[in-house]
Amino acid sequence: MASFEELSQAVFDGDEAQVVKLTKDLLSSGANPMEVINKGLIAGMDRVGVLFKNNEIFVPEVLMSAKAMNAGVEVVKESQQTFDMPSLGKIVLGTVKGDLHDIGKNLVGMMMESNGFTVYNLGVDIDPDKFIEAVKKYQPDIVAMSALLTTTMMNMKSTIDALAAAGLKDKVKVIIGGAPITQEFANEIGADGYAPDAASAVEVCKQLLN
Amino acid sequence: MDYKPVKTFNELAIKSLDDFVYGIAPYPVRAKNGMVIGGGTVYPEVNMTLPPMNIDESTMPEVRKQYAEMFEGILKRAKELYAPGVILEVELLPETTMVPKWGREIIKILLDKMKDYEAKYGLKSLVRCTPNDTREMLRPPLMRRGELLDNILLTFEKCAEDGADILSIESTGGKELHDEALVNCDIRKAIFALGVLGVRDMRFLWSNIVSIAQKTGAIPGGDTACGFANTALALAEQGMIPRIFAAVDRVATIPRSLAAFEMGAVGPDKDCGYEGPYMKAIAGVPISMEGKTAACAHLSAVGNIAACVCDMWSNESVQNVRLLSAYAPVAYTEQLIYDCRLMNEAAADGRNYALKVRDWLANSDSKLDPQAYVLRPDIVLEISRELVKEKDAFIATKKAAALAVEVIKRGVDKGEVNVAPREKKWLNIISSQIETIPDDEEKFWSEIQKEVDLTKWRPEEYDLKVTSA
Repeated sequence: MASFEELSQAVFDGDEAQVVKLTKDLLSSGANPMEVINKGLIAGMDRVGVLFKNNEIFVPEVLMSAKAMNAGVEVVKESQQTFDMPSLGKIVLGTVKGDLHDIGKNLVGMMMESNGFTVYNLGVDIDPDKFIEAVKKYQPDIVAMSALLTTTMMNMKSTIDALAAAGLKDKVKVIIGGAPITQEFANEIGADGYAPDAASAVEVCKQLLN
Repeated sequence: MDYKPVKTFNELAIKSLDDFVYGIAPYPVRAKNGMVIGGGTVYPEVNMTLPPMNIDESTMPEVRKQYAEMFEGILKRAKELYAPGVILEVELLPETTMVPKWGREIIKILLDKMKDYEAKYGLKSLVRCTPNDTREMLRPPLMRRGELLDNILLTFEKCAEDGADILSIESTGGKELHDEALVNCDIRKAIFALGVLGVRDMRFLWSNIVSIAQKTGAIPGGDTACGFANTALALAEQGMIPRIFAAVDRVATIPRSLAAFEMGAVGPDKDCGYEGPYMKAIAGVPISMEGKTAACAHLSAVGNIAACVCDMWSNESVQNVRLLSAYAPVAYTEQLIYDCRLMNEAAADGRNYALKVRDWLANSDSKLDPQAYVLRPDIVLEISRELVKEKDAFIATKKAAALAVEVIKRGVDKGEVNVAPREKKWLNIISSQIETIPDDEEKFWSEIQKEVDLTKWRPEEYDLKVTSA
């Protein structure tokens, strides 16, 4: 019988085919699906997260492991009549109105997903109303906003103000990031958290939800 | 409109390493006021942006005031420090490009001040007008039609009619795919994005910009791989992707950036295009570069080497915030002027001194990072010499990436460049990826259309037809 350690290693190696095979083996041997997820798939991803945090591997390697983990999750889902994948929390993510910068925000989304969050990536140039609409629709735990221009960062404040006016600010945590953003600015506009990069954004979200 | 190149570069404009030096370009550019870029003097090019604020009808009075203060401060400092001349670049923001009359007003404020400083103090200056590539406001972008494109071109035209000297843009065609290529370190997709999508878009866009320049008497400057290889540079600095990938990506941008000159641009090339030395070597155009003086905008591993063959020296962009001495754009003007003064003084003592300074600038960075290594003047000439043998831009892009890998591998073996142990395996990974790319562009498109997300960009905007089911 395959072991959780072997599955964890396959996720760590980013070996999608092996992850699928081992997940199937474990399930057909009667392993508990939640243990397959937690002790095999997520455990492997946790090891990847540590290496990334320590600057020992790069984003593509994290993404390969995440892809392998997701393939394993799909196998678990298919094998169960009803199965709710555990999530660390729901995040609505977007670059604020007037700003087209995409890649930093997408990296944050990828890192969040790789770490077990459910991410709703709204895209770029997102109007405060669209953030509100998404909060109503997805009921996230966190709204994460990005801006790379000094002339768009004030739209983070507009979005937070709009959330407050809609009575939603107390229902979510708001984190912000991007080149011109500072912790001081986050405090000033009433954001709950600030992250200077994608890896720390994950940590900030985990802390906010603890 | 015909998007075929009007020029081709079959041989190097700079044939000898001893002729590859700062301040002098084979084809200098003469402006209307007599300033010559690439004619022997390195000039400072100052770029600035607004402090945190929104831009809309209600804030435009403050926007105008901010720009007027920045322009005044920069010109005053240039006069006080006896700058031989100064170039001010206005990178218009999305809002001031989408509403062309706002962009035009800002350029006009600058032109009036420049005229004033020349009349009163004899200070020569030029304005580089750089509208924002707002086409990507729409997702997936419309590259060749629509109001966003119309307003970019209108901004160019009106600003040039008013007297803007140099026209430039940081164009983004192909970026939709290149972003995805970067986070996955997928050189196949990066090469397709740069060598096929990027080149096609550059040809379209620059045929229009050159046409406007010809009508108005402005100088069609050049473009930059800012949205491409500078994104790679930033990701590498954050430890997200290997520096080796960023270095290879930089070299792979050469045919794309060169497309502007094939369409009739003449330089000075755009400051944030770190591939600029290749433009100078191949097309002979003067180039603007940025390095340590762009620390206000981003970290880079090429702070000194970026200057070694520059003809203008820039700070990328700095926001109008107060420092102890002055507002930041003024302080950066001072730094740029002193850097240029030193380079010009060394050159005035003779070519050997300029070459010595060039080599100090190059050698102080090139050993420490592969991104700096591929900018070493002898490496630039070596790679450029091979690239001019290729007539096809896509093949040249693929070849550029392969040459970069080869040169970095050799540099590592000879101990000429430091590459972190965790990065070394990426040389072979990238090399293997390049080997999978066919030499036929159509065949490559046929393969890659099955691998890319076609909801994020429109093939028809690049004259491509989807053939797969």
